[in-house]
Amino acid sequence: MQLLEYAIRGVPTGCVFALLAVGLVLTYKTSGVFNLAFAGQAYVSAIVYYELRKELEWPLVAAGVVSILIVAPLIGLLLERVLFRYLRSAGSMAKLVTSLGLLIAIPEIAKLVFGSETRKNPPPLWWVRRTDEWLWPEGATFVLDAGQIATMASTLIVVVGLVVLFRFTNLGLRMRAVVESPRLAELSGVDSERVSMAAWMLSSVLAGLAGVLVAPLFASLNPFDLFTLLVAALAATVFGGLTSIPLTFLGGILLGVLQAVLAGTLPTDSVLTNGLRPSLPFVVLFLLLLFRPGLRSTRELADPLATVDAPPPPPVVRARPPWVATGARAFGTVAALIAFLVSWFVLDQYWLGLAISGLILSVTMMSLIVVVGMGGMLSLCQAALAAIGAFALAQVVQATGVPVVVGLVAGVLIAAAVGALLAVPVVRLDGVYLALATLAFALMFQSIFVPLSWVSGGAVPISVPRPVVGPLDLSDDRYFLVFVIVCATATALVVIRLREGTTGRFLQALQTSDVAAASIGINGPRARVVAFTIAAGIAGFGGGLTAIDLGQASYEASFPYLIGLVWVALLVSAGARSIQAAVMSGLFFFLFPALLDKLFALPGNWVESNPDAPSWVASIANAVQPTWAQSVAFILFGIGAITYAKHPEGSIEAQTTASINALVRRVEARNGDREQAPVGAGVGPGAGGSTP
Amino acid sequence: MTAAALELDHVDAAYGPFRALFDVSLRVDPGEAVALVGAHGAGKSTIARVASGLLPPTSGTIHVDGTDLTGRAPFHYARAGIAHAPEGRSTFASLTVTENLELAFRAARPKRDVAADMKEAFRLFPKLGERHDQLAGTLSGGEQRMLALARVLVLRPRLLVADELSLGLAPIVTAEVYRVLGQVRDTGTALLVVEQHLDHALAIADRVVVLQQGEVTFDGPPDRLGDLSSTVLLPDGSPSRAT
Repeated sequence: MQLLEYAIRGVPTGCVFALLAVGLVLTYKTSGVFNLAFAGQAYVSAIVYYELRKELEWPLVAAGVVSILIVAPLIGLLLERVLFRYLRSAGSMAKLVTSLGLLIAIPEIAKLVFGSETRKNPPPLWWVRRTDEWLWPEGATFVLDAGQIATMASTLIVVVGLVVLFRFTNLGLRMRAVVESPRLAELSGVDSERVSMAAWMLSSVLAGLAGVLVAPLFASLNPFDLFTLLVAALAATVFGGLTSIPLTFLGGILLGVLQAVLAGTLPTDSVLTNGLRPSLPFVVLFLLLLFRPGLRSTRELADPLATVDAPPPPPVVRARPPWVATGARAFGTVAALIAFLVSWFVLDQYWLGLAISGLILSVTMMSLIVVVGMGGMLSLCQAALAAIGAFALAQVVQATGVPVVVGLVAGVLIAAAVGALLAVPVVRLDGVYLALATLAFALMFQSIFVPLSWVSGGAVPISVPRPVVGPLDLSDDRYFLVFVIVCATATALVVIRLREGTTGRFLQALQTSDVAAASIGINGPRARVVAFTIAAGIAGFGGGLTAIDLGQASYEASFPYLIGLVWVALLVSAGARSIQAAVMSGLFFFLFPALLDKLFALPGNWVESNPDAPSWVASIANAVQPTWAQSVAFILFGIGAITYAKHPEGSIEAQTTASINALVRRVEARNGDREQAPVGAGVGPGAGGSTP
Repeated sequence: MTAAALELDHVDAAYGPFRALFDVSLRVDPGEAVALVGAHGAGKSTIARVASGLLPPTSGTIHVDGTDLTGRAPFHYARAGIAHAPEGRSTFASLTVTENLELAFRAARPKRDVAADMKEAFRLFPKLGERHDQLAGTLSGGEQRMLALARVLVLRPRLLVADELSLGLAPIVTAEVYRVLGQVRDTGTALLVVEQHLDHALAIADRVVVLQQGEVTFDGPPDRLGDLSSTVLLPDGSPSRAT
């Protein structure tokens, strides 16, 4: 009886999970996009509702209609028109990266538009706070409040509505057809553009509804809570196999009930309870991904008419004439040397510190090169692995008193070991599922392990001293810079060695065609496990260096999982395969917001020093806030990831290739003239010679 | 003179940087059966795709029943009465047989009685009726081809573009498919049949168009094709009989 009561208590929470999960399934079913940005869309509607209700004091119905039925579908329409219509025949990986970029960019854009102040106590989408007085007789064992009733009612309406849409209506049938093959649907006389727009608007409405309904669950409105809740709901999505709406609904309810039953029956105050309660959805998600039959063998249904598209451009040209390679190496060395001298002699403490942090991040970025760029696995848990390296370093040094450098090695080994354990089950999953499993791991790590004192040292981060190497005391930032440069170079050499070696070739073959690689005897899972393990070790190395840099191993300051998502977006848009891109994106992550900060402070400073400026100029100048810097930087990082679909090799790599090709052409044309070659011959062999 | 069911006028087409058609002009009159033959890579399927709007031409115009549809989305072609059964798998694998048919029937003629259409489809291809609840992805190759045909035939299109119908099918199934094609022509639907298998194509066609490397090299009645038939099939001119 007691158990039943707990179970019933879990139903409203289950409905929240179900609503979010069903929204994701709808988007996936009708657009083929596993839309992580769903949380961002939900956030925008919630913020609009908040502003209308609380700031402008609109009536409830009007605010609800504008935020859910007008703003939300417009966002969906915008996303479809400017972005996703061009991605219809792109792979699931490109779509996932795009949604990751949107997840980062959308909330920041909303903050720029509506202001970034804290929004406390989001207003509910219902009229009364409690209904127990009039709905339930005296002495009832438990009561539902109005919020729970509203959520349950909305969820039921949505689920029934969607089941009807897909089972019985023509529009539902068309949506399913268009997502499999827009062209084939057109041949049947379906206007796939319009169907696709309708699908995006509908799923966006659902995101808006979920955002407004769920927002009052939190003390203040912020996108991170919404996204974490969305990831929790993913367990229900996976339970439904990403396509079945009734099963997804059931999964959401079961998850809520399970959570409530566990909370009621497990002894309070035990480690198990405290860790398990918040992390249950992530544990369930992880286990479902590993053990749900059928998920592993899911093949994407390819569009049978995909060949109508122009063939993709040939892969990045890597066979360059030797003089280009030598020249590039010399140029890179000189540039690095100049950068080093500037850092040593010119930069002050502030900028030097940022440059060091950036360079350390580029080590972590190199782990992403191995796992994402070379392995083709979109791992979303590199920040967690870096944190493991940092914690291991701190604990080993604190417990045994060994030199910090030894602790660094221990951190690398432990991170690699955890990576290997994680890799063995995870590498067998296909694209999207692997990304979700690593995301689940990152959140499990955050909610179970980070609070434990034997992992993170508890509430107060463990401090890590700067080591002394020989005569050099690395607490001087300039000496530390040298140390970091050595570390980054060593990592880069490991990555290059791996990329040019057998494992790298295996991974490349696997990325091109799994089947073809298997048919020539390449053991795919093994090569992927190796890549994942090495990447984990590199991430641990980067994490350890971060801890040394900051003087402490702090999860909140350095490794929250959302920061890890920003890293992925940034690296992928810069170029997931090249060392150059890793270094640039690492530096960019720290230096760019700082530069923007200075830039946005300029107008304000100018007004202060020119008090007699016209008032309209002053008011425009004062409108520019330095607080925009972080938002603008994150928006640009997010938008960068969106370009992934166009330049899968990354913007830096694309730029480099283009300029080197131009240079090669020019030089060869000139040589051709000198040798009196026939017109065009200089270009011909040049172009031919540079193709692999 | 009545308007042609389909008229391509000086059409060039390309896949990205790769040009596939060079100045192709082609006309199919109402009720006429035209066979389009040529070697691998000659551009047959490209013509089929241009004819149904899947691939917009880089230059030239396309008229369907006298209306200029150049550059319009493919569904305009479908609604104007062009039915295209593309090469290879061309059914929605994630939908059932019934849903595949329903999609086409309801899109083409919203007012029509879908149940009657469905009955007609299962009369044409009884095999499909037996498997109406099965996902199309689980059908055999021949059954999928039948489904693709049923989807377009029941609607009595003005012109049916049939791309490589015999490809990968057992001879007995090919014969069955061509028997239905013959019935379709007899009901007044024009045909543009893309085929490597010369015998089948020539048996059904009023007119033959030969493509070589993206250009039309012959356009006339089958009996005038003569000995050419042994030399047109490979780009290098080596004789080949399709098997």
